[in-house]
Amino acid sequence: MPHALNDFISVLFDGLAYAMFLFITSVGLSVTMGLMGFVNLAHGAFAMAGGFIVVSLARTYGIDFIPALVIASVTVGLISVRFEQRLYRRFYKSTDLEQVLLTIGLAFMSIAAFTYFYGPIPKSVPLPHWLQGDVNLGFRTFPTYRAFLIVLGAVLIAILWFVFEKTNIGAKIRAAVDNRRMAESVGINVDRLFTLTFAVGSGLAALGGGLAIQLLGLTPSFALLYLVLFLIVVAVGGMGSLKGTLLAALVIGIVDTGGKYLFPVAGTFFIYVITVAVLLVKPAGFFGRE
Amino acid sequence: MRIVSLLGTAALAVVLGAGAQAATVKVGVVLPFSGANADLGHQIDKAFDLYVKLHAKDIAPNKVEIIKRDEGPPTGAQAKTIATELITNDKVKILTGFVFSPSAIALAPVVTQAKVPMVIANAGTAWITNLSPYIVRLSFSMWHPAYPMGAYAYNKIGCRTVAMAYTDFPPGKDSTEAFKTGFEKAGGKIVDSIPMGSPVQVPDFTPFLQKVKDEHPDCLYAFIPSGAHAAGIMKAYGELGLRKAGIKLIGPMDLIPDNKLQDMGDAAIGTIVMGHYAVDLDNPQNKEFKAEWHKAYGPDSYPDFMSAAGWDTMHAIFDTIKKLNGNVDDGAKFVDAMKGWSTDGPRGHVMIDPATRDIVENEHALEVYRKPDGKLGERVLETIKGVKDECKVLKVGRCGS
Repeated sequence: MPHALNDFISVLFDGLAYAMFLFITSVGLSVTMGLMGFVNLAHGAFAMAGGFIVVSLARTYGIDFIPALVIASVTVGLISVRFEQRLYRRFYKSTDLEQVLLTIGLAFMSIAAFTYFYGPIPKSVPLPHWLQGDVNLGFRTFPTYRAFLIVLGAVLIAILWFVFEKTNIGAKIRAAVDNRRMAESVGINVDRLFTLTFAVGSGLAALGGGLAIQLLGLTPSFALLYLVLFLIVVAVGGMGSLKGTLLAALVIGIVDTGGKYLFPVAGTFFIYVITVAVLLVKPAGFFGRE
Repeated sequence: MRIVSLLGTAALAVVLGAGAQAATVKVGVVLPFSGANADLGHQIDKAFDLYVKLHAKDIAPNKVEIIKRDEGPPTGAQAKTIATELITNDKVKILTGFVFSPSAIALAPVVTQAKVPMVIANAGTAWITNLSPYIVRLSFSMWHPAYPMGAYAYNKIGCRTVAMAYTDFPPGKDSTEAFKTGFEKAGGKIVDSIPMGSPVQVPDFTPFLQKVKDEHPDCLYAFIPSGAHAAGIMKAYGELGLRKAGIKLIGPMDLIPDNKLQDMGDAAIGTIVMGHYAVDLDNPQNKEFKAEWHKAYGPDSYPDFMSAAGWDTMHAIFDTIKKLNGNVDDGAKFVDAMKGWSTDGPRGHVMIDPATRDIVENEHALEVYRKPDGKLGERVLETIKGVKDECKVLKVGRCGS
């Protein structure tokens, strides 16, 4: 195989896997920001909580990786409902600054709490046998776990697309993102809708956190370390847009991987170049409303 | 009135006299206790604690008071602030610890000005010891393992072409520079040198190692700041199947810290590193050290190369306090007293080179293998005795100044 083509495939494959992680983790943040205009900087903390639940389930109770992922995302989704109803709801009418202070405070508290219980050292989980090693696709081999990430991401995208575009509830969400007052006045219960999307978004973040253990490692600083990346994906994609989040995740994931592969000296430079360039041309992101 | 004041003077003299007989020496310990690199701090801290616990009686009637502070992230900023506080507020007479080179580099001008000895237990960038006459290093320079590894990789492991990958901060550049010097001298060819991001967080190593895989060198020489980074790069190395693709993993001992080795699994088997310590080193001091470690921290906790250097660091500090009989106020005198210090420790025979204030120690080529009991171990392939910091011997770059 020609060298350049091989390079290209390497970048595309790893970039895709990374993009899927970014998408799964960020999509909830995008929708909550689009729907309520609520700035949830504790989103990374929900992802981290998911990761640590997976670690505990797998290490302490010997539960397999996949069931542990499911349990973790459902648990975090349910817990997030309590947060939304008891805490976040009071701040919907508040200024951005108050929301930012509240949620960044939660993120710091979560870091301290998880450090207390789990310590600051990175955690790992045992993977099932079928996710280890690499798969041979004939012309070359790929790491199985990353292939799994790509497949899982594709499935989730298909499901989310279906729900968003083809179901009643999806239509309501789109309506509420577009014009919340109008949606409310035609009888859509936006508050309940929001609780639901918040729970699903947090659950997906938790899933992302669980998937990240093998990809990036998991420490209590996860809550803030990758938040910038999630916010970039949301900003570049456009708040509240499924399509936008997907496109932004793909661009950021592939450009970052390509940059590291081809020009490692530049570090994470390319992510920020892309972000600046996109926001200069389209200040509301790819599919955001101006 | 006169009698009273005389009595007062006498009482004061007695108090001062008693003080001179039994000094309490304040030692500031600066190690990372937070963030992704916290376990590096703990590995050294445990060795310090163990040494102090077992050997406090050696310096009687003098005592040490250990004051611990968090070194913070590997950028040096926090370390400089807290070490300055230790000197000015807590009035420590000796500073020790320092996992990260940037911390030691940032602090060098401070200890020069304050005339406080800085006894380095890890930070390995070669030229650090040139930055201040108050710096003594008990651990290693990046050149200690990396330079001899160059010739060893070419002659014994059979690496003809090597891709180097390193964490992008001073010791990473130092380690690859040292390896390159040794390797090219032996006749090898470096095909690539890949920086892998900052040490602050553990990156996803896949894109970097995928690049190496596509380049097909004989060997990959990797430097990472041990700990969590080591676990991460080994995971990527295994996942991408580099060994199957015929690319051997080599590096300094940071790649396979003993306390992480058991979790690394099959991916680590066959890795060859150059280093001054492995838990399996066969010498009586190490046997004793290991036994005490397991007694204090349990059977699943292992000391590693950082712990071994930490143990010797505290040993040197204690010996010097004893030699000076607790009179440690003069930092320059303390450093002078440390010059030429030597011992047989867990690492084997070590000595402080009086000319450079840096360590002279043995280096071992170590290979990871599966032991009969199912655990991973490191076996010694070859030992090079009495290795000095070649960077200063050859006067390379900033080591020459």
